[in-house]
Amino acid sequence: MTIPNLVGAGLIVIGAGIGLGKIGGSAMEGIARQPEATNKIQTAMIIIAALLEGLAFGALFLGK
Amino acid sequence: MEQLLNDFSPGLFVVQTILLLGLILLMVKFAWKPILNSLNDREEGIQSALDAAEKAKLEMENLQADNQKLLKEARAERETMLKEAREMKNKMIEDAKGEAEDQANKIIKQAQEAIKSEKKAAMSELKNHVAGLSLEIAEKVVRDELSNKDKQLELVEKMLGEESLTEA
Amino acid sequence: MVVISFICVLLRKFRNRNFTMKITYKSNPLIALLLVALFSANSFALDGGEKQDHQQHDGGQVDTKEEVEAYILHHLKDSHDFSLFSYTNSEGERKHFGFPLPIMLWTSKGFTAFMSSEFHHNDDGHVIVEKNGVKLAKIHGKIFELDQEATEVSFDDLHHATNAHKVFDISITKSVVGILIIGLLMLFWFSSLARQYKTKKIPTGFGRVLEPLVIYVRDEIAKPNIGAKNYRKFTGYLLTVFFFIWILNLVGLTPLGFNVTGQLAVTACLAIFTLIIYSFSGNKHYWGHIFWMPGVPVLIRPVLAIIELAGALLIKPFSLLVRLFANISAGHIVVMSLIAIMFTLKKDLTVGGATALSLLLSFFITLIEVLVAFLQAYIFTMLSALFIGMAVEEHEHH
Repeated sequence: MTIPNLVGAGLIVIGAGIGLGKIGGSAMEGIARQPEATNKIQTAMIIIAALLEGLAFGALFLGK
Repeated sequence: MEQLLNDFSPGLFVVQTILLLGLILLMVKFAWKPILNSLNDREEGIQSALDAAEKAKLEMENLQADNQKLLKEARAERETMLKEAREMKNKMIEDAKGEAEDQANKIIKQAQEAIKSEKKAAMSELKNHVAGLSLEIAEKVVRDELSNKDKQLELVEKMLGEESLTEA
Repeated sequence: MVVISFICVLLRKFRNRNFTMKITYKSNPLIALLLVALFSANSFALDGGEKQDHQQHDGGQVDTKEEVEAYILHHLKDSHDFSLFSYTNSEGERKHFGFPLPIMLWTSKGFTAFMSSEFHHNDDGHVIVEKNGVKLAKIHGKIFELDQEATEVSFDDLHHATNAHKVFDISITKSVVGILIIGLLMLFWFSSLARQYKTKKIPTGFGRVLEPLVIYVRDEIAKPNIGAKNYRKFTGYLLTVFFFIWILNLVGLTPLGFNVTGQLAVTACLAIFTLIIYSFSGNKHYWGHIFWMPGVPVLIRPVLAIIELAGALLIKPFSLLVRLFANISAGHIVVMSLIAIMFTLKKDLTVGGATALSLLLSFFITLIEVLVAFLQAYIFTMLSALFIGMAVEEHEHH
């Protein structure tokens, strides 16, 4: 792995981390506000997190 | 990416495609179709059983309500019957009382009337008796008095004197 | 206790029985006793017997960071023989415990089949097998056909073979064995569950465990994402894929060393199945929205069509296949790297410390991996259902 590759991978991880943090945080807020909707919020959260993860992995592998 | 493409094994891909296709077809035929059908059947069975139970419960409730109504009606009827009976009893007692009173009054009246008429009769008899008695006495007295001349004169005198006194 | 023994069994992946014996011999007597007890309780009947340590180091030793890395990368790849572990006996000779698998190739001279034992566990192209007039060598888990006049493989600086090319390899590899075993197991489990319904309303035994899972996939994944009207004809596929991925993910965590869902070919195949299913079941609204998006200016529509088409045909399956592959590979790498702490950090932390640290960390990561095994199966099935649902959705407006 070359230096630009590593920097790129770091950037991807930062971006994905921020994104996952926002998703998780918002989901927590939503659950705190409406505990009865926990299941629906969790499902939606997992789907969005999975989509983001796919994007991040795709970028990581393209750089590898 | 290059390394990944290098690692990608077309042979494994082909084998996996064939196996997965076979697995899906076999699973659908021998597992999923019967399982899902029986699950559906069972769920429908449970649903219909629940519906039937609900219906039965409703019917039962209706029946119970009917029973309740009947019971209520019966009770009301009994109540009215009892009331009527009571009223009748009262009325009978009342009637009997009135009748008895009337009868009593009548009897009393009759008795009174009888007493009255008896009394009258007794009175008139007594009067007659007294009159006869007084007449007898008077006859006796007069007979006695008139046997003696002096005494007759004296009486006349006395009566006369009394008369004058009252006139004065 | 069970988990510790599980992790200890994982250790066997490192193929170095002698070495483990040696560290336990030198380390904290309590741990040594424990490990020895576990190993002797778990050990197979070895052909060489329990020849003790103090032997010379050979290629089987996994000690330095580079060796660990090479070992992990080797494990992540598919292999042509089913080896559970190997060790070096007192004569300094490698003994492999496992069994060979058939190799089936489509070479330039036609179809060839033989057992992988003919390569004698060689993986760097030094053993050359001649079959049907073609010379074959195995280099890093791939079978290469040598050029006609070449007698041995020559490599360039990047360790790429210069006088050999890959052949189309449809061997029964370790992954194929895994797929076959799990496929047969699933067929057995679920068809016996299906048979149970013929005689009774509620299944008994293991069927009672499987039934809620089937209902879970149907009610939580298929129905809400595809819709109550169409879900039925896709549920079979979704159930198959869900259990296939989940069970293979879990099997990947056992010391058998399967890495089926961590093979790009396998995940690509799964993703392409999903792609084919949602592409062929897409209704005219779905394709209408891809090619000629209503409600946007006409000039933008062709541009959108390209983006939408790329999204539907490339990005969706690509994200599906890469997610599963990457998660499972990453899980295997992490678990094995944590087990390798035992070797790589033993100089800094002493043998006992490194072993304890490695046990602790790999224990927790393995627990997380059990969760990930389920989560990835769930997400793959969920997203497949979602994509199918988008394709068959009824639009009553516009």
